[in-house]
Amino acid sequence: MSIDWNRQNFSGEDPEQHPAVVALRAKHGAGLIGVGISRGEVWAVVSPENAIEILTFLRDDPGLSFDYLSDVTAVHWPDRDGAEFDVVYQLYSIGKKVRFRVKVPLSQDQETGTVTGIWPTAEWLEREVFDMFGIRFSGHPDQRRILNPEGFDGHPLRKEFPLKGRVSW
Amino acid sequence: MARQEIMTINMGPHHPSTHGVLRLILELDGEVVVNVIPDIGYLHRGVEKLSENRKYLQALPLTDRMDYLGPGSTNLAYILAVEKLLGIDVPPRARYIRTIIAELTRINSHLLGLGSCAGDCGAVSMLLYTLREREGVLDLFEETTGQRMMLSYTRPGGVANDILPGFEERVGAFLDKFPGKIDEYERLLTKNRIWIKRQKGVGVVSREQAIALGLSGPVARGSGVDWDIRRDEPYEAYDEVEFKVPVKTDGDAYSRYLVRIEEMRQSVHIIRQLINKIPDGPYINRAAKYMYPEKERVKDSMEAMIHHFKLVVEGLAPPEGEAYSTIEGPKGEIGFYLVSDGSPHPYRFRIRPPTFVNLQSIMTMAKGNMLADVVAIIGSIDIVLGEIDR
Repeated sequence: MSIDWNRQNFSGEDPEQHPAVVALRAKHGAGLIGVGISRGEVWAVVSPENAIEILTFLRDDPGLSFDYLSDVTAVHWPDRDGAEFDVVYQLYSIGKKVRFRVKVPLSQDQETGTVTGIWPTAEWLEREVFDMFGIRFSGHPDQRRILNPEGFDGHPLRKEFPLKGRVSW
Repeated sequence: MARQEIMTINMGPHHPSTHGVLRLILELDGEVVVNVIPDIGYLHRGVEKLSENRKYLQALPLTDRMDYLGPGSTNLAYILAVEKLLGIDVPPRARYIRTIIAELTRINSHLLGLGSCAGDCGAVSMLLYTLREREGVLDLFEETTGQRMMLSYTRPGGVANDILPGFEERVGAFLDKFPGKIDEYERLLTKNRIWIKRQKGVGVVSREQAIALGLSGPVARGSGVDWDIRRDEPYEAYDEVEFKVPVKTDGDAYSRYLVRIEEMRQSVHIIRQLINKIPDGPYINRAAKYMYPEKERVKDSMEAMIHHFKLVVEGLAPPEGEAYSTIEGPKGEIGFYLVSDGSPHPYRFRIRPPTFVNLQSIMTMAKGNMLADVVAIIGSIDIVLGEIDR
């Protein structure tokens, strides 16, 4: 399966008109791999090298001010060439009441920077992503498992992990 | 300079004030908390992994078992995400019923949160009073959904069954009685010297910290964050009612207590506006073909039988895409991020759990407080381990 980052196969408005996409195109066009829309919700795909810079920009730009990080999670696409994982950031601006999503595609052994320096709430959320998917966040202050016990084998939310687990606890 | 010795103390996982199985590793200097390291996961059941291997409707009962004190809200958040994926309309009657159930759920959750927090701080009689009123809410749930706690009442496009005749009067009777009970709680606590000493200035989080830590719900509003998803991104019938969003600025446990008390009054106000104008019409959108046809029709209509059979065997399969849907739950922002690959199983099923994120702030809140205050802080965050651990 090859990747088409610019797929706009879903109905809804034009993602290019979302204020965050407009601002990113103007200021950070190089790091922006693509944009997408589904059910009226717009996201930007950014490269892991530029992710921290772009997320900091999204928080600090006065026209956007995505001051609230709702969620950090990941999606595993084992059949995709080059980038097996998407790390997904759900952003929200309390003042402007706008939501936005940022995806960072990663390959099996690639790392992305932690966003705990931008939003401290990410500490546990990134620990959970590490626990469930095995994705490491460079610079994370406390990269340990959070829900599964220490010494647990494997990362359960990867698609190849069997539903019944590997050993009984 | 005084010699400083740090003592490490283990609290939980089996401790009455941890509301389940939360383990805290506390580092103390005398009685003052220097550091808190929460250890969670004792109730982890793998809800996300399980749901990704189930059909969309089969995942619904699992959402009950996360926040078991507010299942009506988690159900609603999940089904709103599924409806967004499917793109179906919900009849107005169902939207009203679901809003009423969600607000009753908020009262239910706040009652138990308030009672158990007060109980942990020594006012055990408070818990008995709040459980008494909670019983009234559970009775309303039971007659409507058939369940007292694990409701599983929402369905894509509506609700599982219609409300019973006379539901409006019974809710009305509860609403007439309940504000007087809130006054009783306030007489017991709001100006109580012991309560104030246990709550004021305890577990303080500033507005900036609250936003940075991702706090939501009453915990954020107790710190001066004027944000309520019901008002700012209205869903269901919330744009047809008017209500106030209580905000306190002290950021301590007492502010959170006041916010919860006021939210219960506002919930009563919201239900009052809805209850007497529930529109007539269907309680579920069957035309969208995502819900089972009526049982009687299955017996004598070939088309209905095929439809029923296909739904049972194959399940509903939303078109490819993804949706993130959030609501204002009793404890904060409940979000569901669903990714569909066009199959009848969710490709990715992600829950954004409010108390998981809120609990993280205990490391900020408890530092510098006394050991005994940790109990009050846990109570004031209003955690539910079923949702934290999933």
